[in-house]
Amino acid sequence: MSLEKYEAVIGLEVHAQLMTASKMFCRCPNQYGSSPNTNVCPVCTGQPGALPVINKKAMELGVRAAIALNCEIHPESVFARKNYFYPDLPKGYQISQYEKPFCTQGYVVVQLKTGEEKRIGITRIHFEEDAGKSNHEAYGTLVNLNRAGVPLCEIVSEPDMRTAHEAGQYLRALHSILRYADICDGNMEEGNFRCDANISVRPIGTEKFGTKVELKNINSFKFVEKAIEYEVQRQVFAIENGEKIIQQTRSWNSAKNVTEVMREKEQAHDYRYFPEPDLPKLVFSSSWLDKIKKEMPELPQQTSARFKAAFDLSDYDASVLTSSKELAKYFESVVSHSKNGKASANWVMNELLGRLNAVGKEIDLSPVSSTQLAELIAKIDSGEISGKIAKTVFEEMFATSKDASSIIKDKGLVQISDPAALENVIRKVIESNPSQLAEYKAGKVKLLGFFVGQAMKETKGQANPALLNELVKKFLDS
Amino acid sequence: MEFGTLSIQQLLSGYQKKEFKPSEVAASFLKNISDKNEKLNAFLQVRPDETLSQARALDEKMSQVEMLPLFGIPVAIKDNFLVQGWQATAGSKVLSGYLSPYTATSVERLQSMGAVIVGKVNCDEFAMGSSNENSAFGPVRNPWALDRVPGGSSGGSSAAVAAGLATVSLGTDTGGSIRQPASLCGLVGLKPSYGRVSRYGIVSYASSLDQVGPFSRTVWDSARVLEVMAGHDGMDATSAKRAVPRFTEELKAPAKKAFTLGVSRSWLEGVDPDVAKAFDSAIEFFKKMGGKVVEIDLPHTKYALSTYYLIAPSEASSNLARYDGVHYGYRTQSAKTSEELYSKSRGEGIGREVKLRIMLGTYALSAGYYDAFYLKANQVRRKIQEDFEKAFTQCDFVVSPTSPSTAFKLGEKTDDPLKMYLSDIFTLPVNLAGLPGLSVPCGLDSNNLPIGFQMIGKPFGESELFAAAHQYEQIRGEFPVADMAKGRG
Repeated sequence: MSLEKYEAVIGLEVHAQLMTASKMFCRCPNQYGSSPNTNVCPVCTGQPGALPVINKKAMELGVRAAIALNCEIHPESVFARKNYFYPDLPKGYQISQYEKPFCTQGYVVVQLKTGEEKRIGITRIHFEEDAGKSNHEAYGTLVNLNRAGVPLCEIVSEPDMRTAHEAGQYLRALHSILRYADICDGNMEEGNFRCDANISVRPIGTEKFGTKVELKNINSFKFVEKAIEYEVQRQVFAIENGEKIIQQTRSWNSAKNVTEVMREKEQAHDYRYFPEPDLPKLVFSSSWLDKIKKEMPELPQQTSARFKAAFDLSDYDASVLTSSKELAKYFESVVSHSKNGKASANWVMNELLGRLNAVGKEIDLSPVSSTQLAELIAKIDSGEISGKIAKTVFEEMFATSKDASSIIKDKGLVQISDPAALENVIRKVIESNPSQLAEYKAGKVKLLGFFVGQAMKETKGQANPALLNELVKKFLDS
Repeated sequence: MEFGTLSIQQLLSGYQKKEFKPSEVAASFLKNISDKNEKLNAFLQVRPDETLSQARALDEKMSQVEMLPLFGIPVAIKDNFLVQGWQATAGSKVLSGYLSPYTATSVERLQSMGAVIVGKVNCDEFAMGSSNENSAFGPVRNPWALDRVPGGSSGGSSAAVAAGLATVSLGTDTGGSIRQPASLCGLVGLKPSYGRVSRYGIVSYASSLDQVGPFSRTVWDSARVLEVMAGHDGMDATSAKRAVPRFTEELKAPAKKAFTLGVSRSWLEGVDPDVAKAFDSAIEFFKKMGGKVVEIDLPHTKYALSTYYLIAPSEASSNLARYDGVHYGYRTQSAKTSEELYSKSRGEGIGREVKLRIMLGTYALSAGYYDAFYLKANQVRRKIQEDFEKAFTQCDFVVSPTSPSTAFKLGEKTDDPLKMYLSDIFTLPVNLAGLPGLSVPCGLDSNNLPIGFQMIGKPFGESELFAAAHQYEQIRGEFPVADMAKGRG
């Protein structure tokens, strides 16, 4: 097919729920999973006469996002009403920002699988209140207003992405940054981090954008990539077949692995935006902005740089270990107890992440705690167990969540570092292999390995390898 | 004893002297309401048991009279305020039967200072109107002449006090809805500065213009109600964070006695002769007190009406979107689709004038028209504000008649919206500029109907406004009371 003659133009809109204790314009709890319509009050249910009051914490988190995403922050911005009728929108309008958002013109640097970096522009971030939730049942629609008024930041990217991979990496970077800075918990299943994608295609070498299609509510990184990939192909094939791309909204059907039409270009929805007269202009003082800048939590790139310098890690290792805030925290905790950065990095990346991936668990559900893993590493470093034994012990720890010390004790896995005990074993091995001894003596020195191996086997792998090596050589050469 | 025509000051003095108790006063008002309301249609809801139990609770606290500035004062509340346990229809079928789940801040402050609610009163639907003929629950009649309108939109609030059925009442004023009915009913009506009183718990009409204010017999009473309910409210982000003066204390020793009044003669063209005469005579009173009159220019006030009728309907079209039959209020019985649920609930529940303004506002905010209408209107609004700012460099107040005519007959202007809108020609600019405006009675016309004198103050200049109006009141002498307020039945 002629896919390679086209390029995709992709822009993403992300709705990130802000991790505040209360809603954006009232004091109701911002809490997922409560009984339907219990986190509600006159304000968020749109009762007559109720008025919005700005939650300052939400503003703080938004500003943090703006800083983390390298945006230009506007000390004066304006809330606006977006008017439309929907049962889960009790006021008949959503309080948002329109002409004057609180920040514009940022960017995120993303790592691509080619090893390159790409800068993706951010057009704007604005504040917005979430709507409630409509549950469409066979007998009718149930409306739950617990989510109505929950604070959101809508983060709008430039149409800078050209492949599904780039879009996926942008989304991952955004997700990680927002979580690092304690802005959004990033929980995609609960809908706390939602993504819409605008996709069009054009022949490579042309400037003009093609007709765009909006993909709504794609709820995992994997689906975003798959959906975009599918949609790009669909559009290219359509064009190649002489069809016209219709401006429409589509959704991803993850069962069928296709995008499907949700609605046609809805008779040009007019939201009749106008400045929210119930709220004054949103004004950020420079001292307040300075305070937030000062209190900024560490961001993934900063953590990664710190890890590289402190623990002598490669770019790759550092980027793996900082891929999520929880993992970075876990790693730091391991290091602080084990005092061995390199070994900690290897154990976390190779053994722990490997096992976790195999069972499909995230780091926060690891059966081996950071202090337990640190203890294991310390035991290798002190010579109490060998690296090889440690792997056996680790398997057991992962399966049972027991401490290394109790597993070592129960199974008698302590490393044998007593020369006298090892000498007995070595003597026995040499005696029972006279021909190999003769060959060694005749000059076949690489048989040293054979004797070390036999002796190690004899100790069930518990011999201190360095000591054993040294003693075997001494015996053979004497 | 008759309490209907007493002021707050007189009632408080009676309580202090233990001449009567709150429950006696409340019972007397309830009796008068039940006797007279049929003719007036001012009250939409009374809850005698609730009112009496509030009053009786105060009987037990007679020693606290001094501490509660509105001790035992009967208050009527416009039906676009939310008061927990009471209905709040805003004069609309779409909210018929709607029970308030919470209490408006202004009302809560009155209640906590001893006020007793005697009832919820009628108004134009969603406060849109100048005659109270737009209520879904029928028109209110003027106690001075039952074939005439009490003004609007707070017609129930003005009629109730004018008829002696409440000592004071609360209304809302978006374009004149307190001052114009106060004028037409011979009362003091105050629209405070925008932001002076919390809007939390009043059914929004036009958020950037709406303001809560009192109807009363005297300026002192108006000052007393305002000082109790004004001040920043954490529930209303547009309420001002400004200290509230002790207005009634200030009236004891006014700082200033001679005021300069600004008059814009070109603005006042087309006023009824009787109204013009009463207005001029009021000005003469001020001159007698050493006051001065200067001619000022308000070149942009001629655009106030068109500006108002773009801004207010625009905001209203959005504010009233919530009355959709989904969550509360009137819901159609005949909807087959959700689309129909919306269109029919709103179509059947909302009245003609309100629909007209919703459509006007929806149009003005539409893509392609926004810049030409809503945006332009706000630019003109700024010009009108500047006109006043300039005027205040020359004078202490801008004065005008409150309304170009006295109370007109029911049905007289209902066929001609523009004619109706013109009755707010002097009050609209004040809302657009966010200024305080006070209407004080200044005479009667040849039909024995009251005429109002409007004084417009500087932003948050209520103190001076009260001082001047109070002074005027002293010279003018006691204003007549509607016959209906005298005696029973």
